[in-house]
Amino acid sequence: MATQQTKTAGRLLVAPSVILLFLWMIVPLVMTLYFSTLRYSLLDSENISFVGLQNYVYFLSDPNFLTAIANTLILVGSVLAISVGGGILVALLMDQPIFGQSFVRLMVIAPFFVMPTVSALVWKNLLMNPVSGLFAWIAHSLGLPAVDWFTDWPMLSVILIVSWQWLPFASLILLTALQSFDEEQKEAATLDGAGPISFFFYLVLPHIARAITVVVLIETIFLLGVFAEIYVTTNGGPGVATTNIAFLVYKQALLDFDVGGASAGGVVAVVLANIVAIFLMRIVGRNLEG
Amino acid sequence: MALKQTMSKRLGVSVAAWVVGFLIFFPILWTFLASFKTEADAFAIPPKFLFFHWTPENYVEVQSRSNYLLFAYNSIVLSVGANVVGLIIAVPAAWSMAFAPTKRTKDVLMWMLSTKMMPSVGVLVPIYLLFRDFHLLDSRLGIGFVLMMMNLPILIWMLYTYFKEIPVDILEAARMDGASLLNEILYVLTPMAVPGIASTMLLAIILSWNEAFWTLNLTTSNAAPLTAFIASYSAPEGLFWAKLSAASTLAIAPILILGWFSQRQLVRGLTFGAVK
Repeated sequence: MATQQTKTAGRLLVAPSVILLFLWMIVPLVMTLYFSTLRYSLLDSENISFVGLQNYVYFLSDPNFLTAIANTLILVGSVLAISVGGGILVALLMDQPIFGQSFVRLMVIAPFFVMPTVSALVWKNLLMNPVSGLFAWIAHSLGLPAVDWFTDWPMLSVILIVSWQWLPFASLILLTALQSFDEEQKEAATLDGAGPISFFFYLVLPHIARAITVVVLIETIFLLGVFAEIYVTTNGGPGVATTNIAFLVYKQALLDFDVGGASAGGVVAVVLANIVAIFLMRIVGRNLEG
Repeated sequence: MALKQTMSKRLGVSVAAWVVGFLIFFPILWTFLASFKTEADAFAIPPKFLFFHWTPENYVEVQSRSNYLLFAYNSIVLSVGANVVGLIIAVPAAWSMAFAPTKRTKDVLMWMLSTKMMPSVGVLVPIYLLFRDFHLLDSRLGIGFVLMMMNLPILIWMLYTYFKEIPVDILEAARMDGASLLNEILYVLTPMAVPGIASTMLLAIILSWNEAFWTLNLTTSNAAPLTAFIASYSAPEGLFWAKLSAASTLAIAPILILGWFSQRQLVRGLTFGAVK
């Protein structure tokens, strides 16, 4: 269908995007790889020397790095469990015939539009403060001791904040998937006497399985890079209790001025993200065929 | 009887859904309320829900203390500017891939998507150093470029899925009538593409507005948007809750409203068309 003329025009039109994205991706990535083999401190930028894989050896044997990897996995895993598990429940609830559905929808989706620095600071102060926070008041009213969230449970606090931001996303996407569920199929199943539990596991879950996978993969990519929430609340602490890889690399580069070490950490982050990305790309790619 | 039962079931589910929705929305409402309190009321235990002395003074204070308008201006200029430039680059690319696909179009699209998978920390060091050497740190041009590149793959993907929905027959009819490539784009495609472009733009603005990795790392004052402005409230911990709330309300209100209008596009844009 496409003539030679449109084909040439087509290439010209795609070229700027391809070139820009190529530069944006390849140049810094190559630089990161290169820096990761150097001893390079910003405080002493006269003395740059090649050290091979030493930064990786140093980084991988640093207990802080192992903690950061563990923290990253805990953060990603917990937020996924809460947001996807909760998201399925919220989506199922909202898929029912409810009064004022569109208004409820607005309330549920709202946290997704709140910038990370705002949600982190509002939660940390207005809600989670151990003295004047709303949670402390609720605990007191119930006769429970107030929780000093960021001192006693720093990681859990970050997890709760990030989960609040991502629950709406999971809910919205799963609701969209649920709404494409065939009404006739639903009725047929009900007539066949399927109970709510078996109805969910044999009909609903398979129907939204793909959407769940997509949510998990997309959230994982964003969650691997959680930064602002940690930056404004705990600054990675206490100690390294809430330092994830993104924060560790930032600290290594911009606070400790260790370009080589930070780059090695960056490469590790890229490898981790790519493992997830491969799966996501497959799913999206399959969709393109149609 | 059956009708009555359905009604009461519907009522029950509705109440449950409203409660859940309210709980999820509550932190935002609470922030909004606190922004109209005096600092003393914001700290009060038991908390004051609606019956407190409503005052707009925090909003006045926020501006006089920290030049809120400059940050807001930066947020607007950056999120709109970066994405307008992004659209200028993305529309032709998406158009040609949707209407004149080649054998490699699918690979190009997938490759573009893969650039989005690159974690920002992976390139933080080189970008920071390049910015330092080219004097782009804390400049609108620099951070604007980064924001544009962050969104470019999403822009192209969303536009591509919208353009794909435009019926090809119309194009062929136009070609039969002897329309040139330019005319085809201007008079046939554009009117049909405008809704898709508008919703793409909306989502892209939301994403840029809330971007909080690069804005925190590459800007300090001159080019800093609202994300960085709010982050500056993390220092005097627990001292200025009402002012923090006023600043937060100002920072999220415009984008919350935009976001509510673009829920549908959100699903499409953020899942790269994998869930519709």
